Amino acid sequence: MMKKVALNRRTGRLSQMTDTNLLLTITIVVFFAMYLAAMLFIGRGFLRVQTFLNILNENAALIILSCGMSLVMITGGIDISVGKLTALVCMSAAVNLDYNGGSILTSILIALGIGLAFGIVQGYLVAYLDIQPFIVTLGGMFFAKGMTTIVNATQFNVQNEAFVALKNTRIYLPVGSVNRLGKFVPAYVEIGVVVAIVTVIVLFILLRWTKLGRSLYAVGGNSQSANMLGINVRRTKFIAHLLCGLLAGIGGYVYFLHVGSGAPSHASGAEMNAIASSIIGGTMLTGGVGNIIGTFFGVLSLSTIKNIVALLGLDDAWWTNITVAAMICIFLVVQSAVLLRKKDRN
Amino acid sequence: MTAETLKKTGSAGWMGLFRNQIFIPIAALLVLVIFNLIADPSFFQISYSLNSNGDPVLSGYLITILDNASELAILAIGMTLVTAASGGQDISVGATIAIAGSVVLRVLCGDNPRPDEMQASILTAFLVCCVVSMLFGAFNGALVAFLNIQPMIATLILYTAGRSIAAWINNNRLPIISDPSFGYFGTFLPGVPIPTPIFIALICMVIIALTLKFTTLGLYTQAVGINPNSAKLNGINPQMIKFITYVIMGLCVAVAGFIKVTRFSTINYSVVALDIEMDAILAVALGGNALSGGRFSMASSILGAYVIQFLTTTLFKFNVSSSALPAYKAVVVIALVVLSAPAVRAKMGKLWRSLQASKLKKEAA
Repeated sequence: MMKKVALNRRTGRLSQMTDTNLLLTITIVVFFAMYLAAMLFIGRGFLRVQTFLNILNENAALIILSCGMSLVMITGGIDISVGKLTALVCMSAAVNLDYNGGSILTSILIALGIGLAFGIVQGYLVAYLDIQPFIVTLGGMFFAKGMTTIVNATQFNVQNEAFVALKNTRIYLPVGSVNRLGKFVPAYVEIGVVVAIVTVIVLFILLRWTKLGRSLYAVGGNSQSANMLGINVRRTKFIAHLLCGLLAGIGGYVYFLHVGSGAPSHASGAEMNAIASSIIGGTMLTGGVGNIIGTFFGVLSLSTIKNIVALLGLDDAWWTNITVAAMICIFLVVQSAVLLRKKDRN
Repeated sequence: MTAETLKKTGSAGWMGLFRNQIFIPIAALLVLVIFNLIADPSFFQISYSLNSNGDPVLSGYLITILDNASELAILAIGMTLVTAASGGQDISVGATIAIAGSVVLRVLCGDNPRPDEMQASILTAFLVCCVVSMLFGAFNGALVAFLNIQPMIATLILYTAGRSIAAWINNNRLPIISDPSFGYFGTFLPGVPIPTPIFIALICMVIIALTLKFTTLGLYTQAVGINPNSAKLNGINPQMIKFITYVIMGLCVAVAGFIKVTRFSTINYSVVALDIEMDAILAVALGGNALSGGRFSMASSILGAYVIQFLTTTLFKFNVSSSALPAYKAVVVIALVVLSAPAVRAKMGKLWRSLQASKLKKEAA
């Protein structure tokens, strides 16, 4: 595979790129085209740096969840429990902080513990008992959904001082914009964004340059030949689900840091957003194809289109969903057309 | 497969049943029945009384189960075919039920959300709803069959947009139909003590049973699901078969949506049939059908749907709050799936055989 990558760096021809790189290129080009178009035709908010950073601030958790989803999807599985798991993590951490006298450290440990526990159980069932990942994680989703209301049935805002301080921590960047009074306002990001970007970088390195990363692709591409190559298929699948669970724990805490409350309705539909982001980023559900950078841009594209719809004043509630669906549709058709054409040429 | 394993083990008929697909939902149902018998036999009581309109009705937990599982059973029919042919699931059914219901109300109400009399006959509304739902099914089917997109991803589009489209069809208003004859389909026909949805579900089952028996749909679907390439070599058009299964799914959605909307004579776009796609997929899986496509058993899937409703009603009876319900459901579902997993069953089979062997040895000694 490395040889092939090197090859198409030299020739640079579309037809010789690997599926992964081809889909990644499409995603990145579309994102920049969309953002540039928004800057040119809508202007206003899109010209400010903070608008872009707000997209990051609001979607830091989704980026982390989508990364976990991509890992599982690359091995050919799926995890639909992450959204409800996020809600469970938020609620547990909130209850720990406010009712059980916990500190930030204990709440983080609880978040990671919940994520890890889900990852281990789901991974074991999928990898070692050969149960279909959709059904296993569907069970996980139901369980997390029910547990959230068992932990606490109502929404409440966390009052813990240390946590509120952490939640309001903003990291100011040297860039910014000048406001109406001519005063320089520095742009900022929340802590979650730093966590998300570190996650993206770590996972990118993991997928690209480690043995585990290549095993993930091999298992997703063709598990039988991966087995013949001496890759432990079961363990690889297990690790993918375990990482996805752990990332859901981390993502859940980042979401918690952003909203600062626990509620059963938190992050509803996040699993589908994560799947959609992964697809827009060029990860395929059949496995073996995908890229973390693509997923990152997938999340950005998804939320940019939402922002554009909102700024265009189409604020009837249904427009956002219909536009997002149309966007997924266009992406899917383009991807499948490109891949089909490529197959024909070969 | 069953015949092969039977030959290999050469064991008695009940072992054959044990290996049969339909064993899983039957066993699950038996466990639930026995549990309820022990916990509270009054669960099975059926009482006969008059409702507020003076019509005789049957009531009791069993009737509730049969009644409420109707939509799920109808959806399970379509979901089984879709799963078998395309090796993936349609996750848009909940959202398209909202669309189907919205269309029914739109046709019956016209522009006025509170009409004194219906603007069209119920039959017209139902037919329009069928056509619209089949068109949406065809959209999913075209993406899956002709563009080769994985089913879950293709149906993600309507999953995202469906409820919004449903709201848009009625301009985000919530029409209410006051004509009592509309409610007959979701509740009771006057003079008939059994809820109407049970009959509708039965009619659907009979139709699909006849279709599978007298047409090649079932055979072709399985052939395409097992290996589309060899199906093609045998003269079957795999794309067309996949496409047709999605259109049938659309028809099932139309019927289910019609029942849903007649139950309350109104609709709430954001919650109607919420998460029903998950239950429908679960019904297919509980029926022992491989979610990766191929062989299927329609009876097992439908039975799976009733098992899910049985479980839900049982939990409600034990005062589990509706928001905590999924947690208990998940435990039962995971337990069932683990017990029916091939790896676990193989291990249990080995244990059983070694037990038999040691028994034989003892007898010989």
